[in-house]
Amino acid sequence: MGSGSGVSCAVTLNTSLTPEQRALYQDVGQINHLLDSARTIALVGLSSDRQKASFFVAGYLKDEGYRIVPVNPKADIILGEKVYPDVASIPFPVDIVDIFRPAQEIDGIVDQAIARKEKGIDSPAIWMQLRLVNLAAAERSLAAGLTTIVDKCVKMEHGRYRGGLHFAGMNTEIISARKRKR
Amino acid sequence: MTHRPGPRKFGFETRMVHAGHVPDAHTGSRAVPIHLTTSYVFDSPEYAAQLFELKQYGNIYTRISNPTTAVLEERLASLEGATGALVVSSGMAAQFVALMTLLSPGDEVVASSHLYGGTVTQLKQTLLKLSIKVTLVDPHNDAAWEQAITKKTRALYGETIGNPRGSVLDLEKLSRLANVHKIPLIVDNTFATPYLCRPIEWGATIVLHSATKFIGGHGSAIAGVILDSGNFDFSRFPAIAAPSPSYHNLRFFDTFGHYGFLMKARAETVRDVGACVSPMNSFLILQGLETLSLRMDRHVGNAQQIARYLEQHEQVAWVSYAGLPSHADHALAQKYLPKGPGAVFSFGLKGEGAEVREDGKKFIESLQLFSHLANVGDVRSLVIHPASTTHQQLTEEELAACGVGPEMIRLSIGLENVEDLLWDLDQAFHALSRSIRA
Ligand SMILES: Cc1ncc(COP(=O)(O)O)c(C=O)c1O
Repeated sequence: MGSGSGVSCAVTLNTSLTPEQRALYQDVGQINHLLDSARTIALVGLSSDRQKASFFVAGYLKDEGYRIVPVNPKADIILGEKVYPDVASIPFPVDIVDIFRPAQEIDGIVDQAIARKEKGIDSPAIWMQLRLVNLAAAERSLAAGLTTIVDKCVKMEHGRYRGGLHFAGMNTEIISARKRKR
Repeated sequence: MTHRPGPRKFGFETRMVHAGHVPDAHTGSRAVPIHLTTSYVFDSPEYAAQLFELKQYGNIYTRISNPTTAVLEERLASLEGATGALVVSSGMAAQFVALMTLLSPGDEVVASSHLYGGTVTQLKQTLLKLSIKVTLVDPHNDAAWEQAITKKTRALYGETIGNPRGSVLDLEKLSRLANVHKIPLIVDNTFATPYLCRPIEWGATIVLHSATKFIGGHGSAIAGVILDSGNFDFSRFPAIAAPSPSYHNLRFFDTFGHYGFLMKARAETVRDVGACVSPMNSFLILQGLETLSLRMDRHVGNAQQIARYLEQHEQVAWVSYAGLPSHADHALAQKYLPKGPGAVFSFGLKGEGAEVREDGKKFIESLQLFSHLANVGDVRSLVIHPASTTHQQLTEEELAACGVGPEMIRLSIGLENVEDLLWDLDQAFHALSRSIRA
C-alpha cells in the first residue's frame, strides 16, 4: 500500500491526435520557441464577426504585440489591418500561418506556404487550430521543413505558457522551482 | 538510473508540492503568497474592456479569479489529470455550479443513489425548483441506469466511493454508458482523492471534490473544486455550444474549445451564483494538499486495520469497507482503488430498532479519541450516527435506498496511532456491554 515512486499520470489536454502524432505536431518546446520567436502571424479565415473564435484570437495576438495579417477573400480591413485574399499574395515574410479553415481547404493553404519557402520569401510555421485537422497536409508541411502544429489554439497556448490562462485555472503543466523571468 | 534529456513527466508527489506555483519574478516567494484582495488594477481602459470580453486572460475581481486560488486550481488539475479546474466556496457549490453550467430547465440527470445526504437533497429538492429532474438508481444495477436515461438526460452522476456504505462506482462501465448517450459522466471523487483514484483516467468527464475533506485534511477550511477532463465533445451540447445570452451570445465551445465548459462555469455561473472561495481558504487547502499522498497512505492503512478489527468483533453485525474481501465491491475497489478504498466507512452494531439506536448513542458518547461531528476526511478520527444527523432529511425510502439504518455508525479514520484508535473502540464496546448487562 505504500506510496512508492511517483504515480505519474499523463495529461492529454484534449486532442484527437495519437501520442505519436502529438510528439510530431504538439511539441511543447517547439510551441514555446515559436511563440517566443514569431513576430508576424497570418490568420487564414479570420472573420470580421466579433463573436467568432478567430476574431478573439486575432485581437488577443495583436494585444500581445504580434503583427497580425488577416487572410480572407471577402474583407478589406479587419482589426485595423489590411486583409489579403490568400497566403500567396502576402508581400512580406510571415512567421506563422495560423489556419481557421475547414480541413479540406488546408491542403491548398499548405501548398501556398510551401511555395513561399521554395521562392525564398519566408519559411512560415503551419498552425492548424483546434479540431481543424488535416494530417496529410501536416505531413507534407513537415516534409517541406516547416514547423507544424496541429489541433491547438494559438491564443490558448500563448495564454497557457505566458501565465494568463493559469489565472483561469488551466493546467499549464509548467513545473519549475526557478524564479519566473518576468 | 539513466538520465535522458528532454521534458520529464513529473510524478504525483512532485506535482503535489510544485504544480501551479512558479516563484514570481519580483519577490521569489517560495511559499504560495496569499492574495487577499477583492480586485485588480487594470493596465489601461482598453485592456479592461478586453478582460471583460474574455479576449484577454487576467484577474478582474476575486469572485471570478484570484492568484492564490489559481495555484490551488492548477495543482488540483495536475493531480487529477484534468485540463483545468475551478475552485469554489464548498463541495456543495462545486456540484451546483457544475450542474448549473450544464443544465437548463426541463433537463434530467441520472444519479447513483449512494450519495452524501446533502447531495441527495440538492439533486432532488433544490434542482427540482429549477425544473430539473434527477432520477436516483442503484449504482450496481446496469439496467436501472439504462432505463432511467431519456432523451432529456444531460449527465450521469455518482461518487467514486459512495457515502456512507463505501460502495465503489464502476467508473469504466458508466463512462462507456455516458459515451453511448453522448453525455458527460460527473464523478464526486471526495472520498478517494486523486491519490487513490483518478476518474478521468477511467473516462469521467467532470470530477468534483469537497476539498473540505482529505484534500485540505486539517478540517479548518471549506472549499470545493470542479475539474474537466477536456475530453468531452461539447460541440453538440446546447448549454456549452449555443450562443450564451448572459455573455453577449458568446459561443463558449467555439471560442475556448476543450476549455469551454470551465470558462462558462467561471465567467458565467460563478459570476452569477457568487459561490467564490476566500483566497485565505485556498491557501489553507494548499497547505494540506502538499502532504496528500503521505496522509492518504496512513489513512487507508489505519482504516484497513480498524475495519478488520471491527469485522471480528462480537458486538458488530457488519462492516462495510470495500477494503475487506467481505464487501460486495471488493473487486471493484481492487480495480479502481488499488492503494486502498479511502478511510471513511460504516459498521452496524448488533441489535434492532430503538434499542440499537440507543446503543449507537451510548457507543459514540463513550469514545474518547474519535470526535463526534458531521465531517469526514480530517487528520483526526471522526464518528457519527448518520440516521439521526447527516441523513436525517431523507425519507424512509431514501434512507433505505442509501442503505442507512439505525444501527449504522460511520467512521472517518484519522492519522492517530492505530493502537490508540483500537484501544478507544475497545473501551467503547466495553462500556456498551456493561450497560447491556446493567
Ligand atoms: C462526498 C461529498 N460530497 C460533497 C460534500 C459537500 O461538501 P462541502 O461540505 O464542502 O460543501 C460532502 C460533505 O459534506 C461529501 O461528503
